[in-house]
Amino acid sequence: MKKDMVEIRWHGRGGQGAKTAALLLADVAFKAGKYVQGFPEYGPERMGAPITAYNRIGQSPITVHSNIYTPDYVVVVDDGLLEGTDVTLGLKKEGALIVNTRRSKQEIRAMLRGFAGSIYTVDAREISVRALGKYYPNSPMLAAVVAVSGVMTQEAFLREMRGSYAHKFAKKPEVIEGNMRALEMTFAAIWEGEEAVAGRGCCA
Amino acid sequence: MAIRERLSGNEAVAYAIRQINPDVMPAFPITPSTEIPQYVASYMANGKVDTEFIHVESEHSAMSAAIGAAAAGARVVTATSSCGMALMWEELYVAASDRLPVVLALVNRALSGPININADHSDSMGARDSGWIQIYAESNQEAYDNFLQAYPIAEHEAVRLPVMICQDGFITSHGVENIRLLEDEKVREFVGEYSPAHYLLNADEPMSVGPYAVSAYYMETKRAQREAMKNAKRVILETAERFANLTGRKYGFFEEYRLEDADYAVVIIGSAAGTCKAAVDEIRNTTGKKVGLLKIRVFRPFPEEELAAALRDKKAVAVLDRSEMFAASGGPLGAEVRAALYSAKSRTELVNYFYGLGGRDITVEDFKEVYRKLEELDKTHVVRDMYAYIGLRE
Amino acid sequence: MRNEAINEKSPWQEITEGNQIYEAATSRRFCTGEWRTSTPVYHKEKCRQCLLCVPVCPDSSIPVREGQRQDFDYDHCKGCGICGKVCPFGAIEMKEGK
Repeated sequence: MKKDMVEIRWHGRGGQGAKTAALLLADVAFKAGKYVQGFPEYGPERMGAPITAYNRIGQSPITVHSNIYTPDYVVVVDDGLLEGTDVTLGLKKEGALIVNTRRSKQEIRAMLRGFAGSIYTVDAREISVRALGKYYPNSPMLAAVVAVSGVMTQEAFLREMRGSYAHKFAKKPEVIEGNMRALEMTFAAIWEGEEAVAGRGCCA
Repeated sequence: MAIRERLSGNEAVAYAIRQINPDVMPAFPITPSTEIPQYVASYMANGKVDTEFIHVESEHSAMSAAIGAAAAGARVVTATSSCGMALMWEELYVAASDRLPVVLALVNRALSGPININADHSDSMGARDSGWIQIYAESNQEAYDNFLQAYPIAEHEAVRLPVMICQDGFITSHGVENIRLLEDEKVREFVGEYSPAHYLLNADEPMSVGPYAVSAYYMETKRAQREAMKNAKRVILETAERFANLTGRKYGFFEEYRLEDADYAVVIIGSAAGTCKAAVDEIRNTTGKKVGLLKIRVFRPFPEEELAAALRDKKAVAVLDRSEMFAASGGPLGAEVRAALYSAKSRTELVNYFYGLGGRDITVEDFKEVYRKLEELDKTHVVRDMYAYIGLRE
Repeated sequence: MRNEAINEKSPWQEITEGNQIYEAATSRRFCTGEWRTSTPVYHKEKCRQCLLCVPVCPDSSIPVREGQRQDFDYDHCKGCGICGKVCPFGAIEMKEGK
């Protein structure tokens, strides 16, 4: 069957921004001309509790309104979740897992329950602190998921993100540049992660 | 030119409210509808609307204030969910029998108990006999489009009834999707100015609203109310046609999705219809089996004859209810559809399912299973269980 | 349809929308005096025009003209007797019957 839709599942903790990241991805993909869905799985709001959010991104209108059970990509915003949550549940073997972590890819794989697909690691803290001076994991994680999934071109992504930051941080141009730097650093780092040692290759 | 956007269902309804700029909004917050009054309040604070917001201490008061304001001659909006609507109960009936065109943005959420904040239709289905027009949405786009059509229907002189515009809590209310919006001036032109023939603040015509009706009048009043509901059918279609001329988006009492030549049909309300469409496409594309969908948009007034005509010759029909009724006849939609088919002398095989209670998810695979069972029913002609469930652990 | 023409024989088609009443003071047309089983009698010679009786009448059945109370409006007086109770001068006497 023709695959014209990508399904992404986000794992994070309440208050950490995984829901915001999913909505931001929907936003930027929409601006790049895609059909999008961004939605959290709702329950009682509890800061720190594991939460799940979802994206569908496609070339044609999307009508499905269920949660996503067999995602193409899974993004884990907090590697502490790997212990308590089966993050690769239903993840397609040709898909990929993207984890925000300082650990190596091998260490991450050892923590998973036999997941055989691709793993990408991003040290969002390191990137964010170097690029922005503060820890905001969303920009690196968005760049990572765009790079790995290819839901849009990197050029379109960077263009739309610049527009979005310019709008959001109109009075703080240094934050715009810092965020753009974080995106580009992630793009560079994510493929280095393909090398044997991986992980924080960019910043080690 | 339509405006391309991506909004959540709550944002879309709030956007429509801003464009309509109603006179009065009494509201009390409740999950998952809270964002609607919240966004409208920010529109007010930013001078985008001149709506008067009435802070109330409960939903009972919200609907009471809505009734008062509507009787005074104002165009009124409110929003609620679940137990908030339950607390409006008494007032819902009053708004309808007083013939006040209040519009309620309902974000469907399960009624307690057990307490739960997720989507099902127990709130609005419980209010199905209150005399309100009920229009349901599959998507954010439909929630927006339906909301724009609400006032022209409610305020029409042949109708003069309150309207609730329903969407599924969280699934569409908090999910962001692509949407096409109309320009403000087009909305203003489409919705028009509200100029009621009679209203309390008209100093030239003193009047009374909502007088006591002894039994010598009560039944005649209810019969007249039914007539307004009947008229609403015509006005709903006329309004939909006017809307289609403006936007190209066509609406009726229900949507028929690949239904015309279908042997097996699912009847459903709300966001899960979109999931069902994906199942219909997949089954047709992979097996060639003729499956289709009838998605109810207007539940009150119930389009009995039109629905029976669309379903009467199907081999088997599954009606999916997202709320319990604890009745021998299944769920509220199941009972209505069965009654409609009976009146049409149809002997179509019919089975009624419960799904999605309290936000239980329903997937494309679940729908494929429903169609598979319909095929089986068509072969065996034995309905094993009139009380079937989807996604229930048993 | 004006409310005046609506009565207990009116078919549903002739009832106003929501039973709305499009005029003021229609209660004047409803003679609640019919319900009276006990009747106040006004003794003008004892009355000091203190007007204590006027505001307590639940049916506004004590007309006042130029500061002087008049005789009862028997079309609407239900004979509750409150006026008789508040009168300090014995100017209102309750009698059995209409």
